[in-house]
Amino acid sequence: MPDTALSGLKVLEFGNLVSAPYCTKLMADLGAEVVKIEAPGVGDEARRREPFAQDKPGIERSGLYAYLNANKLSVTLDPSTAVGKKLFCELAGKVDFLVENNPPALMEGLGLTYEALEKINPMLIMTSITPFGQTGPFRNYKAYEITAYSASGYGYGSTACIREPVMPPVKAGGRPSQFSAAQVGSVASMFALFARDQIGAGQHVDVSIQEVMAGHYESAIEHWTFAANEIGGLTNPILQPMLPLECKDGWVFLMCIEDFQFDRYVEVMGNPEWATNELFKDRFSRAAYLDALWPLLTEWTMQHTKEEVFQKAQANRVPVAPAYNAEEIVNSPQLAAQHYFVEIDHPVIGKARYPGAPYTLSETPWRIERKAPLLGEHNEDIYCGWLGYTREELVKFTEIGAI
Amino acid sequence: MNKKVLEGITVADFGNAWAGPLFARSLGDMGARVIKVESLKHMDVTRLLPPWEPGKGITYNNSGYYSYMNRNKLAVQLDVSTPKGLELCKKILEISDIMVENYAFGVMKRLGLGYEDVQKVNPKIIYVSMTPFGSQGPMTNYVMYGRPQVYASGMAYTTGYPDMAPLCLPTSFGDPVATHHGLFAALSALRYRSKTGKGQFIELSQWEGLVSIQPENIMDYTLNKRIRVRQINKDEFMAPHNFYRCREGDLKWVAIAVASDEEWAALCKVMGNPEWTKDKKYADGYGRWKNQEEMDPLIEEWTLNYEQYELAEMLQKEGVAAFPCLSNRGLVEDPHLNARGFFEEWDHPEIGVKKYDGMLWKMNRTPPRVERPAPMLGEHNNYVFGELLGLPQEEIDQLVKDKILF
Repeated sequence: MPDTALSGLKVLEFGNLVSAPYCTKLMADLGAEVVKIEAPGVGDEARRREPFAQDKPGIERSGLYAYLNANKLSVTLDPSTAVGKKLFCELAGKVDFLVENNPPALMEGLGLTYEALEKINPMLIMTSITPFGQTGPFRNYKAYEITAYSASGYGYGSTACIREPVMPPVKAGGRPSQFSAAQVGSVASMFALFARDQIGAGQHVDVSIQEVMAGHYESAIEHWTFAANEIGGLTNPILQPMLPLECKDGWVFLMCIEDFQFDRYVEVMGNPEWATNELFKDRFSRAAYLDALWPLLTEWTMQHTKEEVFQKAQANRVPVAPAYNAEEIVNSPQLAAQHYFVEIDHPVIGKARYPGAPYTLSETPWRIERKAPLLGEHNEDIYCGWLGYTREELVKFTEIGAI
Repeated sequence: MNKKVLEGITVADFGNAWAGPLFARSLGDMGARVIKVESLKHMDVTRLLPPWEPGKGITYNNSGYYSYMNRNKLAVQLDVSTPKGLELCKKILEISDIMVENYAFGVMKRLGLGYEDVQKVNPKIIYVSMTPFGSQGPMTNYVMYGRPQVYASGMAYTTGYPDMAPLCLPTSFGDPVATHHGLFAALSALRYRSKTGKGQFIELSQWEGLVSIQPENIMDYTLNKRIRVRQINKDEFMAPHNFYRCREGDLKWVAIAVASDEEWAALCKVMGNPEWTKDKKYADGYGRWKNQEEMDPLIEEWTLNYEQYELAEMLQKEGVAAFPCLSNRGLVEDPHLNARGFFEEWDHPEIGVKKYDGMLWKMNRTPPRVERPAPMLGEHNNYVFGELLGLPQEEIDQLVKDKILF
């Protein structure tokens, strides 16, 4: 009987940075065996991205890489060499999933399209996660997080949150678009696995980061197609309050989409006289008179710390949250009680705390069995163990730059 | 090839708003039978959220939000707070393979629908509980939405202008992150069940989901004790890296990002190699990064001469990452999304034919599909309780009279 939910599944990852690696991390953490293909000598681009342990750059020192690639095996391979391509195809012949996030033109140039790989392994599920997907006029457009964010509506939408005239859009911290697309890729890959049981064939899963985030733009599309309401610039949210409030030592966000929540918040503030004003009688009216409402709400929060506002509001069941920073998150008693963070020991980075399981399953573990691999750490395990090459052959492959 | 991938899988959707309903929607898109359990006491909040078509009034059935989030579902309207309603609800759970809920912690248990209760009637069920903060610790019972959750998660702290309020993204972003973590876990559990026959309980904390997708922010603290702060659009190393105004007017921008000397040379070429780009301080990546505030207005002077898509095309042709900053209207009109068939149209008895955002992924052999519009409140009471669960019509009529179904 399998001890993990995904035992027995084999995954080949041919990716960089976040979208393909986070997708396969989700698989690895639930028990799939993930082999990661990296460029000889340099490896995944994430190896060269912050944060580095003790701020010292080095391809084995990136916290981003170490987080995304724990539980995986690393092999080096250059598929633009003949030997490299042969090895790639042999690996693709042995796995259930190939997850990649390369430009479609690059995969075509390498001759590693789904159409080519399906001939080698008809049961292969190939999941491609790219900025604009596999079809359409912009399929080969290049994108980094900010341009993907821009393409999804989130950039323009940010101008509605800022609420100052002519402030340019702001990208969110981190790489939320790439992580979201990775998540959708993991889900769609599982659908393809169930489909494979039914139709007896693998298939190509096409995830576009632009579509994932446009689809995650919470009814904004329908705000246009139903009501011709363009969200952004100085448009008002239709319901209020849904806004940040400044406190003595930081900020909180208050969200009352239902009237009873606002009534409770008024109680939290000690029932100020102004709250009975007809202008603030319901969620729509509060939106119409937001300019009058906002300073009144701020007057109260400025007399308290963000933690005080948070605790008082939550005691009366009002959805309020403080703007926590990384330190407050890492030291959170809630996350400690949840045993959220995991400590991983790594030969170069040393012992460090990492974000842990985003979920628990009662019968099967989410677990970290091994730290992130050193570059090419598992060449011998995979090329000799999986594919049957000798160590002498690996030396030759290395000399010609294939691995 | 027309077989539905999840044919024979039944999903009980106790979702509310976004995280839970999107979870069930995706399973429905792949052919699962989704039964959404609502009542007037516990109605999905989005039935009364915008957008609505102007002049059409507001009903329980015509919200654009509910309509796009609940396609491919059946709906029953069942008062589970009554003993008879609870009994009927358990009948639905008996025939379900997966159930999902995203209420505040403890709500389902109080209704008599906690995992222990449901497991008794269906030991093989996969029960997904999407709590705000998990089940252990002082914040367990706190109430939350996905938008303030972005504040709590640390993401807002690194988003926005340093001297202004943290920004929490223009959506309840905690929700879709929870959805897809939950879905991946549930599908993994479904695979495990197909091998072993065992169901299981999946619990996630929506807060932790958002923390899990910010390793840069969290690990800069655990590795270097650095607290990351808001710095507008400044990247770790890329520059130029910003939104620039275009010829169309005030609210039109193009995003441009340059990650290497090669891309910088390409950008300069497209700009016509103006004199200022030859300044030594922009000669390498670090110089550009350090002097980006000085450089950005110079780039914008150039972008102001062109339209958004024109700029993207000129720059992409030379290998520079650039894309228009699209509004929601811009998305609907974007030639690429349209060419890919991202949008779908379908008819709804109260709403009529409308255009919606479609599938979050594509598959060449078993594509996800829209087969039915979002259900009217209680639309499938007769089908679910009569046809699926075998209650005689008289009993259903009596239940309606007793306001157990309505």
